[in-house]
Amino acid sequence: MANPMPARAADQSGTATSDAIVEVRDICKRYGDIEALRGINLEFERGKLTTLLGPSGCGKTTLLKIIAGLVPATSGQIRINGKVVTGPGPERAFVFQDFALMPWATVLRNVGFGLELKGVPQAERHRIAKHYIGEVGLSGFEEKYPHELSGGMRQRVGIARAFSVNADVLLLDEPFSAVDEQNRRKFQEDLLQLVEKERKTFLFVTHSIEEAVYVSDRIVLLSPRPGRVSQIIEPNIDRSAAPDVIRRDKGYLDVVEEIWQGLRQYAE
Amino acid sequence: MKLFGIKIPMMTSLLFWALVWEVVGRMDVIFLIPPMSAIVSAGFDLVATNSWQNASLVTLRSFVVGMALAIGVGVPLGIAMGRFKIVDNIFGLWVNMFVSAPLSALVPVLMILFGLGETTVVVTVFLFAVWIIVLDARAGVMQVPPSLIEMGRCYGASRLTIFTKIILLSALPEILAGIRIGLIRGVKGVVIGQILVSIIGYGELFELYSRSFDMERFWALTIILFAAAMLLSAGVELFEKRIEYYAGAR
Repeated sequence: MANPMPARAADQSGTATSDAIVEVRDICKRYGDIEALRGINLEFERGKLTTLLGPSGCGKTTLLKIIAGLVPATSGQIRINGKVVTGPGPERAFVFQDFALMPWATVLRNVGFGLELKGVPQAERHRIAKHYIGEVGLSGFEEKYPHELSGGMRQRVGIARAFSVNADVLLLDEPFSAVDEQNRRKFQEDLLQLVEKERKTFLFVTHSIEEAVYVSDRIVLLSPRPGRVSQIIEPNIDRSAAPDVIRRDKGYLDVVEEIWQGLRQYAE
Repeated sequence: MKLFGIKIPMMTSLLFWALVWEVVGRMDVIFLIPPMSAIVSAGFDLVATNSWQNASLVTLRSFVVGMALAIGVGVPLGIAMGRFKIVDNIFGLWVNMFVSAPLSALVPVLMILFGLGETTVVVTVFLFAVWIIVLDARAGVMQVPPSLIEMGRCYGASRLTIFTKIILLSALPEILAGIRIGLIRGVKGVVIGQILVSIIGYGELFELYSRSFDMERFWALTIILFAAAMLLSAGVELFEKRIEYYAGAR
């Protein structure tokens, strides 16, 4: 290739960074006879957005749920801030593919639910919830119920809930897959702004290559059956440019193409 | 409904058939069908009588006690079946068998067990209503989205909190639907129970009127019962509508 490499491939084990907030050590997961994940070793750097990308069946959601503590690993360790964890904890917050909103509760109560479970007094949790409802662009919808909102707006509620508990790590499981294409793009742009503003660590699962390249600092490619880390790519995209410019940027398109070449063997 | 471009109110068909009934009744073709006007006036007389008021009181009491038992047993049992595989295995077959069984056939056995009195009627109401309440509560608990439970765990909810704040509320629409159908079945239970026992409440009155061919009163009592069952059902439906904002959202 004549053009300079737009992305550099990091080494397989995930570069040992000095400031890894999430460490994944030799994680294996079996469901009976099916091997879902084999020997996953990864480190996630503080303040970065890392994407787990791969074809369906590569175990990316399983890995995210293991990191969240929602699914037990068959073997291996997850460390958060250097400490081994075996279940969910306050330093991690999860954003669900199907939003997981309580249909009987208003937006305000849904967003404040994480705080409610922690025993935060009502006035305080309403204040925090209202702040993040504003941050995700839903001001004025506090008293609405989830079914009165569109898919995109519902997921904004899910994200506001995750921000409200002030966790260090946000785990997002295909958050935009149930959102239509136009809203999805807007949502991705808004997410980047929130990443910029909130300075948290994001772990993002998606099956959309464009989405991964557009939002990520680092992309972990997983290969299926059993799920393994096949490649790690750092897109190095200049995000100060306008979204439309980025989407037409040669570097951006090259990374998309490179990932597609890596994944096409798994396409049916 | 529209007829010749004119909007016809809902109750029209009811009025139409009442009119047909009146005409047939006046023609005096068969003693079983007295004119509707006679039935209505007999109805007004009936509600003023002591025997009707006492019978209503007895009926209402059996119904309320039986339903309270059915809800008190049915909802917890259904929830337990939805949550615990072992409970489901123990009771599942029985509940499914009884929910569609012709329970009227059991009432004579109940009479032997509980005597010719209110207890038998209460048990009949219970048996008519409880199974559907169990099944609906079970279905409600089983269809709680797994992601909602994961959400609770993820944000630090204890098992008890997940149960009270997520599972119960999530299952509420189904539980209420079960109770509504249970109430309707309970009305059948109280009438069938009383008729078969035939010495208390409306059963006694029905027995009396049909033996003495007092058809005006017989029909008046039937219509009162129909109306009461419909009102009851409509009442619960109204309550369900208030929480429909989340039942409909799924």
